[in-house]
Amino acid sequence: MGREECEALAKRVLSFATADETRVTINSGGRGNTRFAVNQISTGGDNYDATVSVRSSFGKRSGVVNTNKLDDASLRAAVGLSERLAKLSPEDPEAMPELGPQTYLEDRGWSEVTASLDPSARANAARAITEPARAAGLISTGYLETQAGANAIANSKGLFAYAKQTALALTTTVRTEDGTGSGWAGATSHDFTKLDPAALGARAIDKARRSVNPVAIEPGRYTVVFEPTAVGNLVQFITNAMGARNADEGRSFFSKQGGGNKIDTKVVDERVTITSDPLDPEAYGNTFSGDGQPLSKVTWIENGVVKNLAYDRYWAQKQGKTAVGQSGTIRMSGGTSSIEEMIASTDRGILVTRFWYLRPVDPRTILYTGLTRDGTFLIERGRITRPIKNFRFNDSPIYMLNNLEAMGRPVRVSASEAGGPGQAVIVPPIKVRDFNFTSLSDAI
Amino acid sequence: MVALDAARSAGAQYADVRISRNRNQSINTRERRVQGLSDNETFGFGVRTLVGGAWGFAASSDLTRDEVARSARQSAAQASANRAALVKPVVLAPAPVTREGMWRSPIKTDPFDVAIEEKVALLLAANEAALKVRGSRFVNSSMFFLREEKTYANTDGTYTVQTIYRASPSVSVTAVSSDFSDFQARQSTDIAPMGRGYEHVLDSKLVENAPRWAEEAVQKLSAKPVEVGRYDLVLDPTHLGLTIHESIAHPTELDRVYGYEANYAGTSFVAPPEQMLGKFKYGPEFMNIQGDRMQDGSLGAVGWDDEGVQPETFLIIKNGVVNDYQTTREQASWLEWWYKQQGKPTRSHGCSYAQNWSSVQFQRMPNVSLLPGEQNLKWDDLIAATDRGIAIVGDGSFSIDQQRYNAQFGGQLFYEIRGGKIVGMLKDVAYQMRTPEFWNAMDMIGGKDSYWLWGAFGDAKGQPSQSNAVSHGCPPTRHRGINVINTGRGA
Repeated sequence: MGREECEALAKRVLSFATADETRVTINSGGRGNTRFAVNQISTGGDNYDATVSVRSSFGKRSGVVNTNKLDDASLRAAVGLSERLAKLSPEDPEAMPELGPQTYLEDRGWSEVTASLDPSARANAARAITEPARAAGLISTGYLETQAGANAIANSKGLFAYAKQTALALTTTVRTEDGTGSGWAGATSHDFTKLDPAALGARAIDKARRSVNPVAIEPGRYTVVFEPTAVGNLVQFITNAMGARNADEGRSFFSKQGGGNKIDTKVVDERVTITSDPLDPEAYGNTFSGDGQPLSKVTWIENGVVKNLAYDRYWAQKQGKTAVGQSGTIRMSGGTSSIEEMIASTDRGILVTRFWYLRPVDPRTILYTGLTRDGTFLIERGRITRPIKNFRFNDSPIYMLNNLEAMGRPVRVSASEAGGPGQAVIVPPIKVRDFNFTSLSDAI
Repeated sequence: MVALDAARSAGAQYADVRISRNRNQSINTRERRVQGLSDNETFGFGVRTLVGGAWGFAASSDLTRDEVARSARQSAAQASANRAALVKPVVLAPAPVTREGMWRSPIKTDPFDVAIEEKVALLLAANEAALKVRGSRFVNSSMFFLREEKTYANTDGTYTVQTIYRASPSVSVTAVSSDFSDFQARQSTDIAPMGRGYEHVLDSKLVENAPRWAEEAVQKLSAKPVEVGRYDLVLDPTHLGLTIHESIAHPTELDRVYGYEANYAGTSFVAPPEQMLGKFKYGPEFMNIQGDRMQDGSLGAVGWDDEGVQPETFLIIKNGVVNDYQTTREQASWLEWWYKQQGKPTRSHGCSYAQNWSSVQFQRMPNVSLLPGEQNLKWDDLIAATDRGIAIVGDGSFSIDQQRYNAQFGGQLFYEIRGGKIVGMLKDVAYQMRTPEFWNAMDMIGGKDSYWLWGAFGDAKGQPSQSNAVSHGCPPTRHRGINVINTGRGA
């Protein structure tokens, strides 16, 4: 939906409202996807939906109703139900008033090419991977998803925010016919022209071939060269854990022993800086939060020191701070080493392509477990010597970034396990000592 | 019928249409406040078409005649585009036609008829009861209800109307040590989400149970860190359901076995079927794993699946040996050789599911349950028979590889067993396992009186990832000599 259409719809909804304050959120857009498996397209889908969310407040009481039926009668009913829910709800001591009109950064994350990509264009992208794989006697599987949508927020105090964005992701896993080798490659962007399906396919094919018949080596602590995707898989858990309230309440890694939080405390290597920027040219993010608060660039960690935690409006007010929101992008600083140089400088270590089934084990240390997948290799005397069986690890990205040896140039990665666009993550390849692999996996 | 006619005219050899109205309500609280109260409804339809052996799918929320016909044509056009890369055309196994089927979850009270005030009051009373326990600092509680009204029709002539309900009450209590050096949470994993109505919330006795969850959270602060090593594990059904989900239910999904999910969920070690069916020893002889979408009150229960097939009960593992896989109509024909050998008809087990109208249906797990043992053993019998072990209650952290070999599971509560008795609480426990060894190390199983139905809403699979809701029933079990690690490290 365009800006004017959203504005008109929001006005229509607000005209039905009788609550003290009303907020209308409109999400609209289309999603298209094509899946391929065993070198052919297996399923696909195209859908369009538009939903309206109505939040009604009477004093400190509020309720929310979501609907995708946009005729007057349905919207009037949704507003009525939302107001009834609000009246039935107990007073919320933490309720915050709606914001008045705000000024936002201009959103830029729209690509017409992505928005107009049709099933046959998606099928062509899939074929750029499946045909070389089939010609090579390998089995390719993969997924291409495109999203094109708009998000708008309006309220009874005159606030109006609007942004439209496109996003897409293409990932592929190529396996050998005998099932002894597997390689992966993936990329995300808001702009389809920045993706090269054939190059991704070639990378996954190369990894599949090189990973055939992996050998088992002992689990333990190893020097590890992480490709950027593997770094992205783990680093996003740090920013996800940076909520100020949990930290202040004593139930987070960012809680300080004895009380308070770790703002101004050094937590990782001084070469590490992590930021979010809705106008990052490689990964445009959200310019406003769910309650209409403007979002701008935030430095979470600077030279290893915590600079900001995320504060919602209530907690910021209570703690005498400014509200700080997450814009859905992460950028980590890098260095000048190439992956080849990191390998060349390693006497014995492991190269990791990506991780899988990452799950929290201990929130006190941001300790996660998960497994390597689709391209894990042994480094001996400065070069990759053989594919190895996958490992399970139990370690924390915090420890990982304290044991940093080298960093490369940051690139945008496909950091979501599910292969969708996910949050935009830009991270470097890194080399780390003493990463904790705890068991072997026979999975390929 | 507009959709099916338009699909046929556009060249589809087969088509189906699902129209769904999905209403859900969630209430979230923490301590003495309601954090969120929302009521959501989404309505729309999806048309799936098969053209020249390739699938297409299109969905829309605009249920007008023109839009339905347009979506059907769009779906068929997409199927034609997808045919370009076709290697092996889709063949559907035959399915009996249901002309006019009606089904409704067997609920007593429609949760949408219960006053919001009553629900809020119940949650806040549970929070209050938890906060009365000394040392408990934070409590979150919630209720989630779903009602899906689904109408389905296909070009074979099947037409069904179903109303499916699900209910999920939950509580989580966090205790923080006085010096902020430790915090521990206890989730109410002894209350599973179910395919029931509001009666499930009342039966869960949140207010009565809340003080116990709070006490257990506080106890965890002073529990003894586990010593790493090999232990005999006694696993409660509130824990074991998740282990069954990850290590048995997922690897026996037939699409994974044939590589269709290799790019995300992964493949399976239970492959190829020719070397597994009737041959591979998954566990001891008393191990029987049943698939079904019929168990009363289960999350997976339906009258017909999302391609109009009436589900059936089938044994995935029979007397410890792989006996079958989870299938849809497309997949059942892949195992025709096995069914012929067994003297069984080739038919889908009814495992087709889509999370909503806008998502395409594909193979999803049914309820996958471990059947109770013949001796009617109970939890206490298993503890009493164990000399040195750890008893685990409730599910916690979980992770498993893409072929379902190597897994790691935590839990909610861990108890040290010495000489047949529980002697104290442990913390920072997780076990690591290799699936076939873990199940073959099972040497004791509880009976029918200790069988319990675990459940999960968030079973993820597919691209785009879709969420499935399933139950896994099981009795308690004992597993010998399992590797236990300590997950605690100083910050």
